[in-house]
Amino acid sequence: MVAAGLLLLLLAAGPGQAGAGRARRDALREELLLSPLPAGDLAATFQFRTRWDADLQRGEVSHYRLFPKALGQLVAALGVRELHLALTQGFWRTQAWGQPPLQAPAGAELWVWFQPTVTDVDKAWKELSNILSGIFCASLNFIDSTNTVTPTASFKPLGLANGTDHHLLRYAVLPREVVCTENLTPWKKLLPCGSKAGLAVLLKAERLFHSSYHSQAVHIRPICRDASCLAVSWELRQTLTVVFDSFSSGQGKKDWSLFKMFSRTLTDACPLASESKVYVDISPKNKEKELLEVTPPPASVHEAIVQGDKRTYAVYDLLSPSLFNTSRSLNVQLKWKRPQDSSELPTPVLHAHRYVSGYGLQTGEISTLIYNTHPYRAFPVVLLETVPWYLRLYVHTLTIITKGKENKPSYIHYQPAQDRRRPHLLEMLIQLPANSVTKITIQFERALLKWTEYTPDPNHGFYISSSVLSALVPSITAMKDMDVEQSPLFSSLFPSSDGSSYFVRLYTEPLLVNLPTPDFSMPYNVICLTCTVVAVCYGSFYNLLTRTFHVEEPSRGGLAKRLANVIRKFRGVPPL
Amino acid sequence: QFQLTVPVAVIFAPGSVPGDLPRPLPFRDEQEMEMSVNLRTSVMSRYEMTYRSTTAQEEAALDADTAREADAALSPLQDTLLGSLTVYVVPETSSLLPQGISIYVGKHRSAMVRAGGGLATLHMRLQQLTQVMSFTPSSITAALSDRVPDNLLSLDARRHLKSSLGYEITFSLLNPDPKSHDVDWAIEDAVNCYVQPVLDKLSLLANFSVDSQILYYAVLGVTPRFDKESSSFLLSAHSLPHVINPVEARLGSSAVSLYPMLNFLLYVPERSHSPLYIQDKDGAPVNTNAFHSPRWGGIMVYNIEAPASSQASFPLHVDVDMVRVMEVFLAQLRLLFGLSREELPPEFLLESPGNEGLADWELDRLLWVHTVENIATVSTTLTSLAQLLDKIGNIVIKDDVASEVYQAVASAQSAMAKLAVGHLHSAFQASKEAVTSSERAFFDPSLLHLLYFPDDQKFAIYIPLFLPMAVPILLSLAKIVREARQRKKEPTKMD
Repeated sequence: MVAAGLLLLLLAAGPGQAGAGRARRDALREELLLSPLPAGDLAATFQFRTRWDADLQRGEVSHYRLFPKALGQLVAALGVRELHLALTQGFWRTQAWGQPPLQAPAGAELWVWFQPTVTDVDKAWKELSNILSGIFCASLNFIDSTNTVTPTASFKPLGLANGTDHHLLRYAVLPREVVCTENLTPWKKLLPCGSKAGLAVLLKAERLFHSSYHSQAVHIRPICRDASCLAVSWELRQTLTVVFDSFSSGQGKKDWSLFKMFSRTLTDACPLASESKVYVDISPKNKEKELLEVTPPPASVHEAIVQGDKRTYAVYDLLSPSLFNTSRSLNVQLKWKRPQDSSELPTPVLHAHRYVSGYGLQTGEISTLIYNTHPYRAFPVVLLETVPWYLRLYVHTLTIITKGKENKPSYIHYQPAQDRRRPHLLEMLIQLPANSVTKITIQFERALLKWTEYTPDPNHGFYISSSVLSALVPSITAMKDMDVEQSPLFSSLFPSSDGSSYFVRLYTEPLLVNLPTPDFSMPYNVICLTCTVVAVCYGSFYNLLTRTFHVEEPSRGGLAKRLANVIRKFRGVPPL
Repeated sequence: QFQLTVPVAVIFAPGSVPGDLPRPLPFRDEQEMEMSVNLRTSVMSRYEMTYRSTTAQEEAALDADTAREADAALSPLQDTLLGSLTVYVVPETSSLLPQGISIYVGKHRSAMVRAGGGLATLHMRLQQLTQVMSFTPSSITAALSDRVPDNLLSLDARRHLKSSLGYEITFSLLNPDPKSHDVDWAIEDAVNCYVQPVLDKLSLLANFSVDSQILYYAVLGVTPRFDKESSSFLLSAHSLPHVINPVEARLGSSAVSLYPMLNFLLYVPERSHSPLYIQDKDGAPVNTNAFHSPRWGGIMVYNIEAPASSQASFPLHVDVDMVRVMEVFLAQLRLLFGLSREELPPEFLLESPGNEGLADWELDRLLWVHTVENIATVSTTLTSLAQLLDKIGNIVIKDDVASEVYQAVASAQSAMAKLAVGHLHSAFQASKEAVTSSERAFFDPSLLHLLYFPDDQKFAIYIPLFLPMAVPILLSLAKIVREARQRKKEPTKMD
């Protein structure tokens, strides 16, 4: 127990209390978007935006309220300008599910822009990945120079930036990383309300990981404080996307409710949030009106153009007191009025596939197919390939074929790999003609690793991270100018150049490649064999050297004689 | 074997010189005192006394009305060497010191002692004074605590923070019920006003960084007991140890540094659990409503008055009274650093440290203790490294690790030498360097490379060689034994 009072004298000299009506310098907005996917699945996307009107880079700011202290200290200490971390389990099937709101490659992805004041970017990057691996319990500490690249065109800063000197950028993907509950818990801990109140109540690990796709991400970036953009604010977005297979889990019905998916319902908003909304995508398809019915009836309907498509959202505002008047909890339900035929799947304008071909364990070929299904517009796409050094790419075999003709990329950046030092980096700007398929192939040779370099279970194969496609896709519907800040979810994360196109970043499938794997018991076998041979030789030499020869006395006879003696003993006759 | 030397200047004001001085002023004298920590370690403290009479300037300063004014006037005249002490002896009848006070300790490195009773009394008072202002046997023992059997340590000694190159101080406001309380605290101003001056003073000792955060929905681990009489909730003293653990998971550690953390928590209880009071062992409420956990930090419970009218709208906006909070936290901070003011005889008067929160001589006390502790840490670290090398022979010591070890030993030796001549500041710097290099040597990653390749595994690999080779050897050994036995029998047969 403490006896204070000692320092009364000095403390009395302190300043008066701050005014009660002081404006908050930070704000939290939470959003949940529920969108039924064409194939009958349901995507739920959470987004928690924390905005802080303070400059983290100035050292003196160390008093945190809504912004998590761990991340704030990280940004301040290591000179981070922008940080994007995504941990993903499963693969977003663009062709079947449509354009994702925010896709991430399978495994862990981390890309960071550092401040120009950082002198040793590689050291800061190493330190950062180690600290993040501690914060998120992920194996990000395996990020080293063999899987880090510096892309020149694919990843531009999403926030406020003065220059785009790409030497300050680092990008790494760990495709083998498995995402599970231990990564979700620290992610939830960064939320001001934890999982105690608000939308985060729904984040129940056993339901979230019982899904086809799970992706959680953290984005930190500086943004303009106001329209005049004289001061900097920092924005932290925590996003989480899950895809539930409601078709198979709901006995063939596509109806769903919050309780069925998360086994929880919403009871209140996070008391710290200035905005807390649930959006349900009820966009009519093919001009057929009112195929589905949402209960309880939404208070308002919001229309927006997202990724070139007109969407209608039913909006539930958890902060409006009328919502919880009739019932104590909100359980959004969706029913289909009649079984709709799922045959017509609208194909997204841009999607891609990638696969490995070839036979044997020496050479192979990576093929990437990029589809542009836009009926009349051609657009360019930036392709980023990172291939580990143990696949030796033959750049002269790089071919890009569109509609049977060779397609010459307008920009190529290639950085060859160095064994055990850095991976291959291939960036290309390719023009995609309207309504076309572009096939990109490149051949490679598989290298033989040292025996300590193989991962555990090497016969499983080695993962090659997804390639990244970034494009400004022309939209089919003309977009109006609208308040980007107000529209739900991610439309404000990526910059939109003008009304006629929107930004898309896609990731292809990660690849699994078999490398020539030695028999790992071989060294031991060799040791055993040589040892046996040596031992046998040694034994005979030893015998030869140590044997003493002496004259044998006449023996007691052979086997026959001994046998005869035994018999004679039985008979009671004296032996021979 | 430590030797600590404290330079003490004893200055006699006119009319205070005791009659039984052995030599005429000025002269020098030494006093030694030995304390043993355990069988192998002992600490020798030496006080180098310099006796002289006042100069004209000092005399003028001592003419001030009160002790505080005299102290302020004297401080520019003193030697500013860290660790040194200046004692002014004033006449017995002097009105400078209040009635009944015979020893006055100032804000800086000086004290005033009332003369009287001859040299023996003066010596006794000087000894008391030097122990208060530099170090006591118990504080040195606490610094060497890893060499002392646990049961010999006082509770107080175990409370102090370990010496470290830096500390992270984190203030956290815990608001478990944001629906009913909207709590704001002006922590930034409070830190600048109250904490920063203390830390500026302590910056000689270590690097400090201060953070604060607000945690919502963070609850204590214990459900408080409802007391009908006072219609309040009570936390009893024996349940306090269980309070911290669930909160600790939310606090988080510092992401960017490895220094030890000091946590100061301000807990605003939920509306359904307030008001909440802490009871001490006898059941009486603690008037600060706070407690501290040794080497960890402190917790204070801050109750919010229920609104007068029941129709008050929730959440209730509250601004924390930072003066009340910081008063407690600063007292806890001093406790954690071992700066508690011990029970002193009634004739002592300590000047309050003023706005800086810390007197110069208190800083010296910390430096003495931390220097000794650093040297002890270095020797422990290097000893365990040596023991490890003895145990596991195939650890490779690279040249840079070896040079760190030599560096650590050299710095530790120079720190000891500086302590022995009384240069506290340079001794502390040297001990800090020694700690840094010894830790760097001990935690060098290159030590770990071959650690997990034990000898028995090497042997197992060669078993296919050793086993077949051993068979003929063993067989022939058996044969030799058999033949030897036979040969022993044969002579008896001949007879």
